[in-house]
Amino acid sequence: MSGAALALRQIGYENRAFWRNPPAAFFTFAFPLLFMVIFNVLFGADAARFFTPAIMVFGVVTATYTNLAMTVTIARDEGILKRLRGTPLPGWAYLAGRIGHAILIALLLIVIVGAFGAFAYGVEVPWEHLAAMVLVLAVAAAAFSALGLALSGLIPNADAAPAVVNATILPVLFISNVFFQMDNAPDWLDAVSHVLPTRHFADAMLGFYGLGDTAEAGVPWLEIGVIAVWGVAGVLAAMRFFRWEPRR
Amino acid sequence: MNAVELRGLRKSYGSFEAVRGIDLTVETGEVFALLGPNGAGKTTTVEILEGHRQRSAGEVSVLGHDPGRHERALKERMGIVLQQTGVDEYLTVREVVQMVAGYYPAPRAVDEVIGLAGLGEQRDQRVNKLSGGQKRRVDLAVALAGDPELLFLDEPTTGFDPSARRQAWETVRSLASLGKTIFLTTHFMDEAQALADRLAIMADGRIVATGTADELIGASTPSTHVRFRLADGVEPPAGLGARPAASAYELDTAEPTRTLHELTAWALSAGVELHDLEVGRRSLEDVYLQLTAEAESGTPAEAAS
Repeated sequence: MSGAALALRQIGYENRAFWRNPPAAFFTFAFPLLFMVIFNVLFGADAARFFTPAIMVFGVVTATYTNLAMTVTIARDEGILKRLRGTPLPGWAYLAGRIGHAILIALLLIVIVGAFGAFAYGVEVPWEHLAAMVLVLAVAAAAFSALGLALSGLIPNADAAPAVVNATILPVLFISNVFFQMDNAPDWLDAVSHVLPTRHFADAMLGFYGLGDTAEAGVPWLEIGVIAVWGVAGVLAAMRFFRWEPRR
Repeated sequence: MNAVELRGLRKSYGSFEAVRGIDLTVETGEVFALLGPNGAGKTTTVEILEGHRQRSAGEVSVLGHDPGRHERALKERMGIVLQQTGVDEYLTVREVVQMVAGYYPAPRAVDEVIGLAGLGEQRDQRVNKLSGGQKRRVDLAVALAGDPELLFLDEPTTGFDPSARRQAWETVRSLASLGKTIFLTTHFMDEAQALADRLAIMADGRIVATGTADELIGASTPSTHVRFRLADGVEPPAGLGARPAASAYELDTAEPTRTLHELTAWALSAGVELHDLEVGRRSLEDVYLQLTAEAESGTPAEAAS
């Protein structure tokens, strides 16, 4: 089988294993919805227009970056990666399979969050931006997957994974227009925030929902570009730091 | 062509030299055991052969390839059972074997592999529902999935109960009868003796002896073991070099005829009986302990070839 065919096949096995752990699968999807409900109770029903795209961003980052950094570190500590390294399966095909599955989950999350926003809070789905939205989502999912793989190489062991992953992503999300609107943030923090891929991802998604600077701008090329640069940096870092064996 | 060839292999971790220049040949179709105490360098050596570690110096050939280059063509022809397991827990035994079989150009039939590994009854169970010993057999099944010519087994029965160990031995024997080359490491003498056509003893980063079990025992000096019991209060003459062991006396000799003659002559003239007199070969375990102790104390050991 070619590497690409093996990667596709690997997505299938990843998917099968994913749904065999129903509590994990359930909360992967329920968690972002829970956030939406809480934020809408706290901030009023108008907030749904902001939180629908914002939680989509959170969902994609969780399903790719957080998920891959954690599960790949755990797989490495359990010896799954080392075992694979001894088989003819090309390493990239295995990782492509994991990334492919993470992206599928991310897309499913987007659909669920979008539908929840529409039906529960009447937030209209911006169908006119669908193509641009899919493009942003695809670039972002790939970029955050690469960054997650790179991070896994820097996490010393599975026990440290949750702490390291949360410490790298939660503060970043707090200043990226995801949980809190950055309208009242001091200029310096806003400037810092504009370096981050999460901020550009959030701005692009908010724009599709008619909010923020990029509203009505069509395809947000600047945002896509910044996310892509981070993605390339992620790929390079992953190539440099990725490890197949536990650190002893 | 030989399945495995090592010339002057060395591996250092910082200033520590784990493997200190070893030569080794494993012929196609043989079961070869690498023995040695913990820390002797066995796993480092096997992991270099498997491609998991890079050597510091020396030449390595596995099925004609350099394993350090991670060539797919080599990986398609070998199977590896690592010391520690690592399989997707939520897939069934059958799914795991099927998944891995797909990586190889000419895999063995999935159900046949599961049967060989002794997992027929568990084929539709998820891996996370299996016992520790059964998971270890999943490891073996995964290593066999691609129908490899060469199989590496790193301490395959560590942690097994005696019946599981016998079962694993049977599996190894049936694989050997299929013509597979098997490279195993172990620290169990009975395992090496039961399975291996040839073995090498490793200690302190070096190979201290290689050959068949018979050759190793035969080449060791002294090679004959004598054991007897005396009535209470009677002691053997000091010149024989007998040492007390439990309720009996033991001695090892390179000249069994002379030693027995002296022993029995003394017993006859002193009018004592040599109760339960046993004369036999030294065990592989004795030879192993002697060789590894010599290696660690720096005394050169005699090696069979």
